[in-house]
Amino acid sequence: MSPWVQHIAVLPVVIPLLTGVLLLFPAESRRKLRITLALAGSLVQLAAACTLLYMTTDAAPGIWPAGIGVYAIGSWPAPHGIVLVVDRLSALMITLTSILALPALVYSLARWDRVGVYFHPLLQFLLMGLNGAFLTGDLFNLFVFFEVLLASSYGLLLHSGGAVRVKAGLHYIAVNLVASLVFLIGVAVIYGIAGTLNMAELGVRWAGLPVGDRILFEGGAAVLGIAFLVKAGAWPLNFWLPATYWVAGAPVAAAFSIMTKVGVYAILRMGSLLQDPAAPAPFGGPWLYGFAIATILFGTAGMLASRHLTRLVTFTVIVSSGTLLAAIGLGTAAMTGPAIFYLLGSALATATFFLLTGMTERIRTGRPETATAEDQPPVTYTAFSVGEPPDPYSEEDEVGIAIPAAMVFLGLMFVLCVLMVTGLPPLAGFLAKLGLLAAAVQVAAIDDMAPNAWLLVGAILASGLGGLIALSRMGIQLFWTVSQRTTPRLRLIEAGPAALLMLLSIGLTIWAQPMMTLVNSAASSLHSPQTYIGAVLYGEGDPAP
Amino acid sequence: MELVYALAIGILSGSGTWLLLRPRTFQVIMGFCLLSYAVNLFIFGMGRLVLDRPPIINAAGETNPSLYADPVPQALVLTAIVIGFATTALFLVVLLASRGLTGTDHVDGQEHDA
Repeated sequence: MSPWVQHIAVLPVVIPLLTGVLLLFPAESRRKLRITLALAGSLVQLAAACTLLYMTTDAAPGIWPAGIGVYAIGSWPAPHGIVLVVDRLSALMITLTSILALPALVYSLARWDRVGVYFHPLLQFLLMGLNGAFLTGDLFNLFVFFEVLLASSYGLLLHSGGAVRVKAGLHYIAVNLVASLVFLIGVAVIYGIAGTLNMAELGVRWAGLPVGDRILFEGGAAVLGIAFLVKAGAWPLNFWLPATYWVAGAPVAAAFSIMTKVGVYAILRMGSLLQDPAAPAPFGGPWLYGFAIATILFGTAGMLASRHLTRLVTFTVIVSSGTLLAAIGLGTAAMTGPAIFYLLGSALATATFFLLTGMTERIRTGRPETATAEDQPPVTYTAFSVGEPPDPYSEEDEVGIAIPAAMVFLGLMFVLCVLMVTGLPPLAGFLAKLGLLAAAVQVAAIDDMAPNAWLLVGAILASGLGGLIALSRMGIQLFWTVSQRTTPRLRLIEAGPAALLMLLSIGLTIWAQPMMTLVNSAASSLHSPQTYIGAVLYGEGDPAP
Repeated sequence: MELVYALAIGILSGSGTWLLLRPRTFQVIMGFCLLSYAVNLFIFGMGRLVLDRPPIINAAGETNPSLYADPVPQALVLTAIVIGFATTALFLVVLLASRGLTGTDHVDGQEHDA
């Protein structure tokens, strides 16, 4: 193995950091340079993520034994140094992040990046936080990357300002600050008891703790799990989510659609390392399962009650979180593979849907969705030396290729999104739900698991039905019964990214077999934590002693 | 010392939680400050409270680790303080923006009349 190859593992963190910093330098007026930088940074990230994914698969067994790459930052070996760990699941997640970021970025070029300042650097820092959170092998480092992604998300949420956004932002920031404190308490307890924050080392040490310490450790893990559940949007800790995603701009909400998955990923990762029949409550077992089912029901009720498409889509995010958590909470290895497949599909689908809502909004109002953005206080523009505030509806905006048959495009995209989100055939959403249901039915054959497994089957089917009813009603209102319909002008750089995401969903459907093989291998490596621990603590390939 | 320390953390987090649940944005931010003090003290305490033990090993002198304090919680608490400070500053800006845009310091941006 070339000594340079292993450094690719750190690129998903370094590239967005460098791109974000570089983007701070050119003045807001040098738009071409900024766009070029942001696009180049995102493309290189995507390339790095895909390379990492390739390196962890069986296709390239010579590079990393067992498909787990460990990057010791500053060459300090674990558990004393901080390591980045690339395994199949984390490589999949960073690839998904880069894939979602690119369409959001291109979409934002149409209008959104001009209605406020520093959109591009904030998006890059968000990506840095996301990639870091997926890659890190250290709990405290996970906290730091969570803060990086949250701090950027605060900025992105408030992008273009206005009283509505500031109000939602205030609540969002308050909730997440408290969640961060809870995270810190959990981390502190775990360090105080186990004496380490390295995830692999924790996986070794926690089983050997004396009984009294073990109770404290599980308490700490439970507190930590609550912080993860807040991020994942589990009921009853998710009241911030619909309000926040609703007011965020379309490209911002599309980029945010991966953020709840970070919480799910953290629960999956820690749960796999603390794997034991007596795993701490938030990482598996009846508690997580019960709250997950409640989350699905809450999300379904929210979908049925929504009178606005964007708000409805935010509840589909909650439903997909609940479905994932329920699949994890059922506590069988057979569910993990389909759950990861569902995660990929639902992240793509909700991101597409959020981009689409930005465009369908124009059918009702006849104006670009940035019209909801109120004028910035003038001080913002003088402080950042932008000069005159940009007019969101200026003639310049209409430059660009408008696509023909806008209504046909929107209607078709809407139908495809509905199919993906509710899990109807023939798209990947159906395959993902089918996989989950098939695994659940298998689990139901085990006697004591049967009630829970059937409850999950019922909840998944009910959420699909509820979503279909709510979305059909919304589609009728949106496309058939509008009294004063204005055919919106769509530009290629807005319609293109949404179409690209939808094509990816269709690709996920066509190549479902290789993707299922990939996610199943990710799941099986997740369920053999000894391999992970061995790779991180005892060097390459050596089996754990 | 442990009792005083625990009481301090308890009082700070109790007052902080109460303030956090108040309807005025300024009270919320003060509550958040108190809570983060409590959490920082808690992290520090998790390295065990010891007296007269430096966290940095003197290579020329004694190298028995039991004579030194654990440096990791101190490093963690420094990081937590910096991040907490930055996010509080950010929250303060949003608070001021909310006050400017809505004309009220209620967390919901409007007064709820009784």
